[in-house]
Amino acid sequence: MKSERANRRMMTRLSIFAVAMFGFGFALVPFYEKICEVTGINNLIKPAAAVVNTQVDKSRWVTLEFDANAHGLEWEFRPVQRSVRVHPGEMIQIEYDVRNNGAKAVVGQAIPSYGPKHAAPFVKKLECFCFKQQPLQAGESKRMPVQFVLDGALPADVNTITLSYTFFEVKGASTAPAKGGVQG
Amino acid sequence: MEAVHGHTNDHSHDDHAHKPSGIMRWVQSTNHKDIGTMYLWFSFTMFLVGGVMALIIRSELFQPGLQIVKPEFFNSMTTYHGLIMVFGAIMPAFVGFANWLIPMQIGAPDMAFPRMNNLSFWLLPPAALLLIAAQFMPGGGAGVGWTLYAPLSTQAGPAMDLTIFAVHILGMSSIMGSINIITTILNMRAPGMTMMKMPMFCWTWLITAYLLVAVMPVLAGAVTMTLTDRHFGTHFFNAAGGGDPVLYQHIFWFFGHPEVYIIAIPAFGVISQVIPAFSRKPLFGYASMVYATASIAILSFMVWAHHMYTAGMPVEAQLYFMYATVLIAVPTGVKVFNWVATMWKGSLTFETPMLFALGFLFLFTLGGFTGLVLSIVPVDVQLHDTYYVVAHFHYVMVAGALFSAFAGIYFWLPKWTGRMYNETLGKWHFWLSLVFFNVTFFVQHFLGLAGMPRRIPDYALQFAEFNAISSIGAFGFGLSQLLFLYIVIKTITSGEKAADRQWEGADSLEWTHLPSPAPWHSFETPPVVK
Ligand code: HEM
Ligand SMILES: [Cu+2]
Repeated sequence: MKSERANRRMMTRLSIFAVAMFGFGFALVPFYEKICEVTGINNLIKPAAAVVNTQVDKSRWVTLEFDANAHGLEWEFRPVQRSVRVHPGEMIQIEYDVRNNGAKAVVGQAIPSYGPKHAAPFVKKLECFCFKQQPLQAGESKRMPVQFVLDGALPADVNTITLSYTFFEVKGASTAPAKGGVQG
Repeated sequence: MEAVHGHTNDHSHDDHAHKPSGIMRWVQSTNHKDIGTMYLWFSFTMFLVGGVMALIIRSELFQPGLQIVKPEFFNSMTTYHGLIMVFGAIMPAFVGFANWLIPMQIGAPDMAFPRMNNLSFWLLPPAALLLIAAQFMPGGGAGVGWTLYAPLSTQAGPAMDLTIFAVHILGMSSIMGSINIITTILNMRAPGMTMMKMPMFCWTWLITAYLLVAVMPVLAGAVTMTLTDRHFGTHFFNAAGGGDPVLYQHIFWFFGHPEVYIIAIPAFGVISQVIPAFSRKPLFGYASMVYATASIAILSFMVWAHHMYTAGMPVEAQLYFMYATVLIAVPTGVKVFNWVATMWKGSLTFETPMLFALGFLFLFTLGGFTGLVLSIVPVDVQLHDTYYVVAHFHYVMVAGALFSAFAGIYFWLPKWTGRMYNETLGKWHFWLSLVFFNVTFFVQHFLGLAGMPRRIPDYALQFAEFNAISSIGAFGFGLSQLLFLYIVIKTITSGEKAADRQWEGADSLEWTHLPSPAPWHSFETPPVVK
């Protein structure tokens, strides 16, 4: 049987280990971010890398439907056109309208989502209001463009893609009209 | 092992030269047996609280439609039922066993840090009160599920904050308890008690305690992030601020999968004591049992995302997590094989502890098999978040961990109280539990296969029959546990006197070297183990 001292030393070591594991939990945050970045899992709100294959495939039509939601925000948010028919490879620009009907300035961030989900990587967004946080003063309205190219490698069974944006409030962000990039 | 003793526990016990009486004996107790007893009673109380919540859930699900409770309350019940059963009932039950048994089994006078032991226990009641108080917060309990997933948890009402604090406190208690257990086992073994001579129960707890120290802080980190997202403007899990709700799932399951083994491994330990005792043979493959347990523990860190196949993951990752998960079945299989081999050609008798151990063996293995089914990606995509998963984890947690706890309680009750339980009633308890458990949960496999989602208060009509059967089983199971309470109280108050070595097949120190009931202080001079 070992001495009281040995016990205390053991306790210290194990406590340090526990604290380190608490830190490890937080270290997982940048770790996952890096993994998502490197593997390209989660770059929905980042511009697509230069589009390589710009050959327009005239033989194929794909319908894109647009949807808009505001979550917990008094914002009126809708696409200017409900849907477009496009050829893969074509450069397309569409627009969304947003208006802050609330009494105070807020910053919103739009998060896109795609249906079907596996079509997401084939919608190459070159410009999008979702790349930035959008501050809106009370009563302010804005028309915001989205520019994209459909990748010709889009699986043949996908004829319709729904692109849906949801605006979320970014609490604590500066509502000054300056344009802040997405954090983190 | 040099300083052969005499003083080691003087420090810890100078204020306890005699047993103080009344309530203060329990509040201030630093005695491992008192603390073990308190853990076990606490656990049983929580088992009843969590059980009532389960019965509320099953009452609502007895028929389709919304009859009894509001959906929000239903969600809160599933959340707190899960939290209370995992953190309040199962885990403390096995810590209770650890407190009672580890010092006696390794020939130590007490745990290494008796005062910290007292604190570990007394953190539990406040945490339990927070979980219960959460029900009465504005908006009711947080209906986020026991996994506390973001983004629901970052948007839930104030009950969520109480829940987060409760998780913090429970985590602290577990970490301190684990430090105590590791130090006790590594430093306080009697002369001659080498690591590979320790009873399997001590080994399983040593490994579990390491798992706890490793993953409880990660859970604490996850809920701390939830808390700061809720109140302090961080965006860990908030997509709008650049965070990611799926990140929460990754961190949670990095804790969560090892957690299921934190529940299962001490249960393996109890079973590894009970089966040899009633087979009158030593445990088959002791060394392989130790290695198998250690490999399960290590593998359990590498499979967490099998809970997230449908959360969005590249197919390569799915394949990796699928293979890694299937791999866990190998050491688990080794254990099951060893238990069966222990019984092979043994002179078996079937007293209540053995019955529960056999119930464990059959039903835990069945739960392991459904786990294997779920680990296959294309199957899980169908079955994820259905009642099939509910059936799976109840087979491993109720018929696994809980049955093992029952086996252990019947097994050691004579040692703890000096009295025998009523064998006939014990057998009734077993058979009632076994039958009603299966009535409750076996049909849930069919519900899940037919597509009934979990965590819903209402369901489509085609699920009605199986749900009615399951609810009837649940009430039967719940009522059977009152019989257990009766048996335990009856044993304590008027059981027949137990022999010092009540089970002649049991060969660990508490049976061979100590009288029944085990004296308040034992092994003040350590035994010599050959
Ligand atoms: C051979 C061993 C095991 C395998 C292969 C396995 C596999 C799995 C898989 C793949 C899931 C995810 C199912 C889904 O959500 O779609 C799962 C869920 C679960 N398992 Fe296991 N498991 C095993 C053993 C255990 C043990 C020993 C326990 C606890 C004592 C356990 C407790 C749970 C729990 C609580 C869940 C559900 C978590 C939740 O979503 O709330 N499992 N298991
Ligand atoms: Cu798991």
